[in-house]
Amino acid sequence: MLRLLFGNRVAVAAGAVVLLFVLAGLAAPVIAPHDPNLQNASAIRVPPLWQAGGTGRHLLGTDSLGRDLLSRMVYGARISILLGVAVVLITLVVGTALGMAAGYFRGWFDLIMSRVVDTLLAFPFLIFALAIMAATGPNLVALVLALAFKGWVDFYRVARGDVLAAREADYVTAARGLGASTPYLLVGEILPNIIPPLIVLATLRMATIIIAEASLSFLGIGVPPSIPAWGTMVSDGRADVAAAWWIATFPGMAILLLVLSVNLFGEGLRDVLDPRMRK
Amino acid sequence: MWGRFAGHRLLQLIPVLIGVSFIVFLTMHLTPGDPIEHMLGQAGRITQAQIDELRSHYGLDRPFHIQYGLFLRNAAVGDFGTSYSHQGRSVSEVVAERLPATLELTLFAFVLAIALAIPAGVFASLRPQGPFDRTATVAALLGISMPGFWLGIMLMIVFGLRLHWLPISGRVNLALIPQYVTGLHTFDALLAGQWAAFWSALKHLMLPGLAMAAPMAAMVMRMVRSSMIGVLAQDYVQFARAKGLPETAVIGKHALRNALIPTVNIVALQTGLLLSGNMIIETVFQYPGLGKLAVDAIAAADYPLVQAVVLIYATSYVLLNLGADVLHAALDPRVRLA
Repeated sequence: MLRLLFGNRVAVAAGAVVLLFVLAGLAAPVIAPHDPNLQNASAIRVPPLWQAGGTGRHLLGTDSLGRDLLSRMVYGARISILLGVAVVLITLVVGTALGMAAGYFRGWFDLIMSRVVDTLLAFPFLIFALAIMAATGPNLVALVLALAFKGWVDFYRVARGDVLAAREADYVTAARGLGASTPYLLVGEILPNIIPPLIVLATLRMATIIIAEASLSFLGIGVPPSIPAWGTMVSDGRADVAAAWWIATFPGMAILLLVLSVNLFGEGLRDVLDPRMRK
Repeated sequence: MWGRFAGHRLLQLIPVLIGVSFIVFLTMHLTPGDPIEHMLGQAGRITQAQIDELRSHYGLDRPFHIQYGLFLRNAAVGDFGTSYSHQGRSVSEVVAERLPATLELTLFAFVLAIALAIPAGVFASLRPQGPFDRTATVAALLGISMPGFWLGIMLMIVFGLRLHWLPISGRVNLALIPQYVTGLHTFDALLAGQWAAFWSALKHLMLPGLAMAAPMAAMVMRMVRSSMIGVLAQDYVQFARAKGLPETAVIGKHALRNALIPTVNIVALQTGLLLSGNMIIETVFQYPGLGKLAVDAIAAADYPLVQAVVLIYATSYVLLNLGADVLHAALDPRVRLA
C-alpha cells in the first residue's frame, strides 16, 4: 500500500510540502527572523527584497505597522495547521462514534440522528460559523466549535453507511459467533475495516477547514488579532492594496500552497486507501 | 408524481427553518456585547432610566422564550424589528434596499460559473489527458484551493490597479444610476435603453462576479467532465454514432443531456456555497449588498439586522437544496422511487 502511495509522485511532493509547512509552524520561534508582532515605525511598508527599496532584513517586506511579513507568515502556518488538525480530529472522532452507533444499533437513536443531520445539512456552513463568531467575537475556542459544529456530519454519514454494511458481513458474524462483546466488535473488528475512507475524508476536510478559518479571520471574526494568522494578514493588506501589493499577496499564496498540497495529498491517499473511488 | 415528492420535501423544510431560526436567535442572544451600549456609543451622559426605557422599547427586558416567540411571530410576516445601527430604520427596509445588489451579483456569478464550466467540462471530456483537459484540471484544482477573498484581491491588483481595465469597488458609476425598476442596475439600464449605464454596471460586476464564480465553476467543471467521460462510453452513445449522427448531435443531444443530470445537484449545492462566498466577496470589493451589510452589522452588534440577513441566507440555501432535489427527481425517475 505504501508502495502505491510512493508511486504517486504528485501525492508524495504534496505530502512533502505539507510536512514543510508543519515543520515551519513547529519551529516558528527558531526560524522566524523577527518577532511577528514587533511594530517598527521606521520600516513601514518595506517592499520585498527583489523590489527597489527592499532589504535583506525583511525578505518579503513589512506591513503597514512595520511588522515583518515572513515572520508573521511562519507563525501563521502554526495557527492554521493547529486549528485545522484540532477541528478535523474533533469532527472525525465525534462523527465516527455517532455514525457507528447509529449504524450498528439502528432504532430510535438512528431516527433522531437522521433528523439532526438533515437539519444541519440544510445549514450553510460559513454563514452559520459567522453567526456564532458574530455572537462570541474573535476567540479560539468558539472558532474551533463553530468550525466543528457541522463538520462531523460528513464523518457520521460515511461511518454509518459503512457500519450498516459491515454488521452483516461474514467476519462480524464470525466474531459474534465466537462470543465477542459488542464494544469489542465495534472497536476491534469493524472500526479497523471502515477507517480508511474516514482518513481520506479527514485529509480533504482539512483543506476546507483551513480556507474557512482564513475566511472568518479575513472578516475579522476568526483568530483574535493578537495572533498572526494568514486570513487576518490578507485583510490587513486589503486596505493597503494600492500602496503595498505584497502585504495581501504573500499570505494568500501560503494558504493556496498549503490547501492545494493537502488536497493533492488527500486525493493520492484516496486512490490508495479507498479502492471504490480509484479512477 | 414528482409534485407529491416536492410537497413532501416542502413539509420537511419547516422543522429545518425553525431549527435555523432558533440557533440564530440563540447565538445572537448569547452575545456578550450590550446592543444598547453599542447604540448609545459616544452619545454622552445617559441616565440609567433612559437605558431601561430603550431596553423595554426594543423588548430586551423580556424573558428569553417570550423574545424568541415574538421574534418568530414577527419574522413570519417579514417584520424583523428596528435596526440598531441604521438610525432607527426598520430592518426590512434596510434589507430591501440592499437585496437587489446581492441578487444581481449572485445571478451574474451563477451565469458566469455555468458559462465557463459546462463548455470547459465538455471540451475536456472529449480528450481526457489531452492538453486542454490537463490545463482545465489544474485550473479547477487551483480554483478549489484558492481562498475567494484572496483571488478577489489579486484580480483587483491586476485588472483594477495595474491595467486599469475594470473598477474595483461599488456597483455603477454614480452619475449613471439608472431609474429604479427592478433594482438590478444592468436590467434597469437595459429597460431604459441607457447603454453607458449598462456598460458601467456590467464592468462593476466583472471582478467580484469572477472571484465569486471561481470555486463553483471549478466544481461544476469537474462534475461535467467526469460524468461526460462516463456517458460517452455508454452503448447508446456508440449507437448514436453508429447511426451516423454528426458528432455535435451525439455530444449535444445524447451525451450532454444525460451528463447534466448529476450536474444539476452539484450546481444547486454550489449555489448554496456561492451565497456564503457572497459575504466575503462583497466585503473585499466594498460592494453594497446584503453580505457587506451583514459583516458591518456584526461589527456594530446590530442583532436584529444580523438575524434577518443570516435567516435570508439560510432560507435561500435551504430552498436551493430543495429545488435541486425536486429538479433531480423530475429529471431522473429513479430518485422518485427510492
